[in-house]
Amino acid sequence: MAIDRKEVEAVAHLARLSIDETQIERTTESLQGILGMIDQMQAIDTKGIEPMAHPLDAVQRLRADEVTETDQREKLQQHAPATEEGLFLVPKVIE
Amino acid sequence: MAWEAVIGLEIHVQLATKTKIFSGASTAFGAAPNTQACAVDLGLPGVLPVLNAEAVNMAIKFGLGIDAEINKINAFERKNYFYPDLPKGYQTTQLERPIVGAGHVDIMLDDGSSKSVRIHHAHLEEDAGKSLHEDFQGMSGIDLNRAGTPLIEIVTEPDMSNAKEAVAFAKKLHSIVTTLGICDGEMSQGSMRFDVNVSVRPKGESKLGTRTETKNLNSFRFMERAINKEIERQIDLIEDGGTVIQETRLYNGDTDEARSMRSKEEANDYRYFPCPDLLPVVIEDSLLDKLRGEMPEMPDAKKARFIRDLGLGEYDAEILSGDQTTAAYFEATAKTSGDAKLAANWVMGELSKSLNQNEIAISNSPVTAEMLGGLILRIKDNTISGKIAKQVFEALWNGEGKDADEVIEKKGLKQVTDTGAIETMIDEVLAANAQQVDNYRAAPVEKRGKMIGFFVGQCMKASKGKANPGMVNQILKKKLEG
Repeated sequence: MAIDRKEVEAVAHLARLSIDETQIERTTESLQGILGMIDQMQAIDTKGIEPMAHPLDAVQRLRADEVTETDQREKLQQHAPATEEGLFLVPKVIE
Repeated sequence: MAWEAVIGLEIHVQLATKTKIFSGASTAFGAAPNTQACAVDLGLPGVLPVLNAEAVNMAIKFGLGIDAEINKINAFERKNYFYPDLPKGYQTTQLERPIVGAGHVDIMLDDGSSKSVRIHHAHLEEDAGKSLHEDFQGMSGIDLNRAGTPLIEIVTEPDMSNAKEAVAFAKKLHSIVTTLGICDGEMSQGSMRFDVNVSVRPKGESKLGTRTETKNLNSFRFMERAINKEIERQIDLIEDGGTVIQETRLYNGDTDEARSMRSKEEANDYRYFPCPDLLPVVIEDSLLDKLRGEMPEMPDAKKARFIRDLGLGEYDAEILSGDQTTAAYFEATAKTSGDAKLAANWVMGELSKSLNQNEIAISNSPVTAEMLGGLILRIKDNTISGKIAKQVFEALWNGEGKDADEVIEKKGLKQVTDTGAIETMIDEVLAANAQQVDNYRAAPVEKRGKMIGFFVGQCMKASKGKANPGMVNQILKKKLEG
């Protein structure tokens, strides 16, 4: 499997990463290396092996349905660049 | 050319848990913005989601309610996209191993036949927050109270072929989740939101046409209109030589207009991958057994029982079993009155008419099931006629008495069954209408049946509706033939 420059740009855009011109080639090369490793892994015969959903051989613990969190809006909104009437403000979203 | 539509639905159902799916923040509706959005919901660094046991239980109950396979090992994935109301930059959802596998929901069609709509699967996921687009100095306001609210997303097979079927399905699903108590069913608050996938194809064609998806419909009425509009749009487009583009559309119920939101070319690549923060969920048989034991009577079972044990017809049973509160009201009325059929007629007739006219929910009806049952008892023992019963019902509705007996007594509505009194009254009516009596007697026998109606009407009027109609008819005939 090969990855080209265009795909790297597309993936970077999806992940909202800004990669400047000079880095694109190097990034493409590194990704190509990772994909090569994946190709290697996929070549292994895994017939009859149950796929894992998680590397840890453990089971999800569940939480009782009880309210444990209190209103921390004051504190949490100190991190926000802009708020108004309790809302976080972000650049206008147009659907 | 004859066309047929193919419709599939995706439904987001908010689960009625007290807290979020991955945090202990409250899910109560209507709180001040961002007062129920904790560090986990905001996706702050270093937080760890912990799955809500009750959300799992509710999803399982849904699966049991639609005869679905429960996936005893299920897992969460991350669906990655950027939007301001999704603070983590991904939605935690299920893709490869959803909790609920294939099942089915049966609906009744207009002609009384039934149709099984296949459910592809249902999975657990978290809701996003809300963006408010009013003007905040040219910015959008974000309320994250809803972020992390547990949802099940239910995905159907494309088994519906018109708007009516889709609405019948939606109503049935509403009935199922509210009966199970896993959702409050408040559509206006967004507790159930429907995405409809619509395509059209020439009748008889087996290949599917290109589909569009109309998102976030939150009322049955809007859903029906949006589907009909979209089917019409696609047919017009194709007949004019155009082609349907695969796209997401938005329908505005207030203006009855739909528009394109984004086409497939700009569609997101969600780059799903298993969520490393959450381990696989394993459902033990003991939990399944416990939840099976807690299952309420489902609408289909209730309907079957109404038909089998109470002698109701298919249609009446369908309507009365659809809504939990209505079903309970009907059953209480049937029990008090000892007559399920009359109870069904009154609940679906006079009662629902009054409820609709006054926009009152059945749970707030001023006429209780016991009052209605008591009223029906008086029809059955001939104290009042069906017609007078409507007057009594109205009086009860308006709070003019605590029960039917009190209203009948107070208003003197008791039916006259005294032969002597009825005879006297009939004599008076006949005397006052001598000409009609002569006409009647001169008429050929086969015409008299119709003519007698006039006299019955006069007598009922003279008695203010209180005379027993059967007796009036009988005595009248005897006297006229006289």
